[in-house]
Amino acid sequence: MHVIDWLRQPWPWYISGPLIGLMVPALLLMGNKHFGISSSLRHICAACLPAKIPFFQYDWKKELWNLFFVAGIFLGGVVVVYYLADPSAVQVNPALTAELKQYGITDYTHVNPVELFSWSSLGSLKGIIIMLGGGFLVGFGTRYAGGCTSGHSIMGLSTLQLPSLIATICFMAGGFIMANLILPFILRL
Amino acid sequence: MPTGEMNTDFEVRSLDTICNNASTIDAPWYYNIKYLFIGVIFGIILVKTEVISWFRIQEMFRLQSFHMYGVIGSAVVVGMAGVWLIKKFKLKTFAGEPVDFSKKKFNRGQVYGGLLFGFGWALTGACPGPMFALVGDGFAVFLVVILAAVTGTWVYGLLRNKLPH
Repeated sequence: MHVIDWLRQPWPWYISGPLIGLMVPALLLMGNKHFGISSSLRHICAACLPAKIPFFQYDWKKELWNLFFVAGIFLGGVVVVYYLADPSAVQVNPALTAELKQYGITDYTHVNPVELFSWSSLGSLKGIIIMLGGGFLVGFGTRYAGGCTSGHSIMGLSTLQLPSLIATICFMAGGFIMANLILPFILRL
Repeated sequence: MPTGEMNTDFEVRSLDTICNNASTIDAPWYYNIKYLFIGVIFGIILVKTEVISWFRIQEMFRLQSFHMYGVIGSAVVVGMAGVWLIKKFKLKTFAGEPVDFSKKKFNRGQVYGGLLFGFGWALTGACPGPMFALVGDGFAVFLVVILAAVTGTWVYGLLRNKLPH
């Protein structure tokens, strides 16, 4: 099989997990940078609308690397579309397929269900709660917690920080509560 | 209490503190291009291993697949090994500076904020990194999700003094 064809398939966790882990020492050695992504959201606030809020009064230009990093993540997505796209449907657990079918989610041709994530669904209550409400909670929660999955769960755990373990447990607890107890009602809307 | 006295942020390590070991070398902006390249690699990994997929996140929170646990778990193991090696051999950065590790303190924000983040993660199926990757992967509507996340961060900054930490 051609290398490109091999790369086009979904990558298994034991390839990508270790590669993601390598980001931690790579960024440290490249320039003492701590792996973390959600801080970019704070820099965007500081750059665009600091509004005299003390939390946004700092020299965001000194943290410019982080904005380059997230711009790169966006470009990585573009590279996949042009060079590494996989035309086959996402393979998910049959139990999830059966559950989602009840809510009218049956399209697995994209990484995300197009029934939920489209411009037109921004006009529905369900879409507003999931995209706007969910996005708001991610941005608010990550800064309140002091980091996201990369800053706490990967960087923080890699440096053996107990607060990061607590934050990671809470990320997971919040996710379990939402996905199993609350999301089913939202998806029925 | 002025907010500047307490740094609750794990990712922005030096902004609120006076004494820090952050780089004192004033590099021109284009030195940051290397972070763009490493970001591209990270973005490709996120998309190709389907970490950006709402379906994968739903599976994770229903214990229907090992995939996400494998990704995060093996990333942490390799990250720990990397940090251990840097400490063990006192490796320097490419610019010759000592690598800086700062110990962080616990505050209640990690619990309250962590739970709220978890809610948002399960709803959108994306934490901040995947949001940017999804826009690149063709889900332009995630620009709206990012805008909502920026708004959430901004509102946190506004209310920070009134929230329990």
